[in-house]
Amino acid sequence: MSNVTTASTKEAKWWNGGKSPFDVEYGKVMMWYFLMSDAFTFGAFLIAYGTVRFSTNGWPNPNEVFKSYPFAGEGTNAPLVFVSIMTFILIISSVTMVLAVHAGKMMDKKGVVRNMIFTIIGGIAFLSCQAWEWNHLHHEGAWWGMNPFINADGTASSTNFTNFFFTITGFHGFHVFSGVVINIIMLIMTLTNQFEKRGHYLMIEKAGLYWHFVDLVWVFVFTCFYLL
Amino acid sequence: MSNHDTHEHGDPIAEIKKVTIILSVLTIVELILGFWMIGVTSEGGRLAIKGTIVILMLAKAFYIVAYFMHLKHELKNLIMTIVVPLALFIWFITAFLSDGNSFRNLRNTYDPHFKAQSTIKVEAKEGHHGEEGTKEAAPAKAAETEKK
Repeated sequence: MSNVTTASTKEAKWWNGGKSPFDVEYGKVMMWYFLMSDAFTFGAFLIAYGTVRFSTNGWPNPNEVFKSYPFAGEGTNAPLVFVSIMTFILIISSVTMVLAVHAGKMMDKKGVVRNMIFTIIGGIAFLSCQAWEWNHLHHEGAWWGMNPFINADGTASSTNFTNFFFTITGFHGFHVFSGVVINIIMLIMTLTNQFEKRGHYLMIEKAGLYWHFVDLVWVFVFTCFYLL
Repeated sequence: MSNHDTHEHGDPIAEIKKVTIILSVLTIVELILGFWMIGVTSEGGRLAIKGTIVILMLAKAFYIVAYFMHLKHELKNLIMTIVVPLALFIWFITAFLSDGNSFRNLRNTYDPHFKAQSTIKVEAKEGHHGEEGTKEAAPAKAAETEKK
């Protein structure tokens, strides 16, 4: 490693004009700032959820609420099983997205198309899982303003649990949906050779940042609602 | 230091594979802890497991942002402009959660109705499916009438 003096002069040069101090294109910097603002929105939701939970004596047990999966019988007791499938779907779709970005850097159109298709399938699979779960919970009587689940200690619960659950997973699901739409647009643009003509696949990288962010938020939502 | 970003660091595919495995292992460990916690009843034990899960969650977040979102390989300028504002979350979480906690303690001390509400046991409904489940928060209402 170089000594401190040379390091600082080299770093200072980034701000002397003539080149981007961040050394990435404008759109990517703006995507990062958008994601940062989105992180604050999700953070506000999750912190509100945490604050309300801390200010209440009882809270429903997630292992009681989320214990079913599709095609399971009435009395199924399988906590965490379905949500772990959802989590893995999103992680794998994130991996295929990285592979698409990497293929884009290599100007490998075929690789981009293949991995974008996998990513889109993963996104749709996740949305389908969420649709099933919402539908299932709604059938059990849970919705905004309705909470059929009692607290873990056997006392009466408020509707805070369902309100926060549907609002936050709904907001996240909306992000997944937008991500799938963006990815489909990227796939069409790849197939119509738009990126080939531009000579770079930077748009795929920006869509990738958004998609990873969606995965990142799920890490927090999954932990806060299903595990803690 | 300055020959940054445009150069690939090692084999990117190998890095993707490595991070995928790390994320999967962390998720599996989280799930194991989650299953384990179902049987743990002591307050301290549950808190310790929850703390571990939160640490694993942060590790997962780090790997996604650093490698999948490529932030680790960006210039320090860009890293700082993203990460430093997010440090506000440390204060948000500390302040709001302790505020919630304090509100609960105050209500438990000074609001006998609130305290009483949270000690009345209600019946768990048999089989959540069907018409009775669609009624809104029946146990909460039952508890309220009991109070009157």
